[in-house]
Amino acid sequence: MSATRSLVAALSSDLLQPLRISDATRAEIEKSLTRYPNRRSAVMPVLWALQLEIGWLPPAALRYAASVVELPESEVFGIATFYTMFNLRPVGRHHLQVCMTLSCSLMGADRLFRHLEKKLGIGHGETTPDGRFSLRRVECLAACGGAPCLQVNFDYHENLDEAKVDRLLETLE
Amino acid sequence: MRGPLLFSDIDTPGLASLEGYRRGGGYATLAAVVGKKPADECIEIVKQSGLRGRGGAGFPTGLKWSFVPKNSPRARYIVCNADESEPGTFKDRELMEKNPHLLIEGMVLAGYAIGSNTGYIYLRGEFEYIQRILDRAIDETRAAGLSGANVAGSGFRFDLHTHLGAGAYICGEETALLSSLEGFRGQPRLKPPFPAVEGLYACPTLVNNVETLMNVPHILNHGAAWFRQWGTEKSPGTKILSVSGPVKRPGNYEVPLGMPLSQLIDDLCGGMRDGMKVKAVIPGGSSVPLLPASLLDTGLDFESMNAAGTFLGSGGVIVIDEGTCMVDALWNITRFYEHESCGKCTPCREGTYWMSEVLRRLEHGEGRADDLDLLADLADNILGKSFCALGDAAAMPVQGALLHFRDEFEHHVTHRSCLVNRRRDGLSVVRPCEQAHA
Ligand SMILES: Cc1cc2nc3c(=O)[nH]c(=O)nc-3n(C[C@H](O)[C@H](O)[C@H](O)COP(=O)(O)O)c2cc1C
Ligand code: FES
Repeated sequence: MSATRSLVAALSSDLLQPLRISDATRAEIEKSLTRYPNRRSAVMPVLWALQLEIGWLPPAALRYAASVVELPESEVFGIATFYTMFNLRPVGRHHLQVCMTLSCSLMGADRLFRHLEKKLGIGHGETTPDGRFSLRRVECLAACGGAPCLQVNFDYHENLDEAKVDRLLETLE
Repeated sequence: MRGPLLFSDIDTPGLASLEGYRRGGGYATLAAVVGKKPADECIEIVKQSGLRGRGGAGFPTGLKWSFVPKNSPRARYIVCNADESEPGTFKDRELMEKNPHLLIEGMVLAGYAIGSNTGYIYLRGEFEYIQRILDRAIDETRAAGLSGANVAGSGFRFDLHTHLGAGAYICGEETALLSSLEGFRGQPRLKPPFPAVEGLYACPTLVNNVETLMNVPHILNHGAAWFRQWGTEKSPGTKILSVSGPVKRPGNYEVPLGMPLSQLIDDLCGGMRDGMKVKAVIPGGSSVPLLPASLLDTGLDFESMNAAGTFLGSGGVIVIDEGTCMVDALWNITRFYEHESCGKCTPCREGTYWMSEVLRRLEHGEGRADDLDLLADLADNILGKSFCALGDAAAMPVQGALLHFRDEFEHHVTHRSCLVNRRRDGLSVVRPCEQAHA
């Protein structure tokens, strides 16, 4: 439901502009199409390529992806909403994804998350007004031996506590 | 040496490069086998080795390979399950990060054995950096003629690709994984037909876990008898166990199958931190029933774990200390399954929600007299009745916790407070049950 709402919000903003994507992303998309016997299979790599360039998947990107893989837009929207890592609304430059699953929880993830909420003044699924940070609770990141842990975009940070996470935030411009 | 087999050279600098891998004898098996040893003989050796799937179910690998039809007119595929999203499991990540070529060699060999010319490695979305490591390694092998049009000059063609998921536990289930790879929402499909007969693009498809495939070059190189020097009769070989929780040295350990759980925790991991005591251990990822501290002598192999009422599963060993409230821990687990249920079938979609809801109110001191029966009933109505095994994975931890720690759950109902109710400074949080009654 929230995904639908965010789509509506995005549609009503300034995002009906034409999509501008780089030649490198276009080349990446072309390359991904060669890896499968049909176009449909490339839908995830195409969405990833677009998200890596834009930071999220605005409606124009979904429309573009649909045209590339030759599927109805509604179908591509259904696929994008199924997977939690496809961002259907803008996220900050540094997307803090804090693992809250059992091993991390046993080692203090709840406290770490609360610390981040307080420090950044935002909650789960929110972004700081300056667009620097987004915060999210996520499920097991396959780093349980380094609990508690989080990912900043795709980078893993393990064995965290409040002091370490404070130092980490300082390095993220 | 961190382990006898897969971990014997895992920390060697440069191992992730083709040159480094070759320095340790890498791709010698591929050169000796592809185009030289009959494919049937390869399958037979893997069968004789007794290798069982390391992804969770422990299905005999050689047998699975032999189910792939030999003279089907359709293409055959091999898919590596690198989704690694079972809570508590982090072995495939280390294996692929440090030794990507061992996986590639295993996949080319498996492809040769079943007559497949195309392989895909399905990685969970969070493993984007591993995708880059693997893509680089695949490029190296193509340039060196170890994959691609003419593997090691044998005339055998094998093309290998990586595919990045995007956040969905269900995509570790093999049929959901195939749906996802085909560009659909990652929802499971009915079995049978099993993927070996009708999998990717309705073609015969072999799905194996990363660790399973990494055992293959060693087995084809040294033979079945050599492999059986480790482990037990029915669970030969080694297993990589990912240990997490408040032990002194958490991490990945490669041990011969059958090692007692207590030896892993006390000797290899150095025991518990800060004088804590073990309360329970989840031996095979959060999907399996837990073992109470009284059963810590159970052997880490498929049959011993089954005899103790649980499973070796993915080898994700989660150690829970005495200061942990079981209601809280179980609530955390059921929230995971509630979040990850794909929504396709009613027992799982609704049942996981209701189990979480009942545990939430127990944890908040709002439990009702019949809540434990309700919880057991919910679990019973999911187990074996959901479309795929995600439902079973959600139900089994509930049954295990109720079996071994019922008194703690009852205490939450009758006293509206927690038996443990201990604040663990520096380690944990103030949990709801502690907040309400501290
Ligand atoms: C809900 C669910 C999640 C699963 N997740 C994984 C996983 O992350 N990795 C994996 O290898 N197998 C996973 N499996 C098991 C696969 O369905 C499949 O049995 C396995 O990949 C087969 O490989 P193997 O025979 O080499 O173990 C999962 C199964 C279920 C039901
Ligand atoms: S539980 Fe947090 S990484 Fe696995």
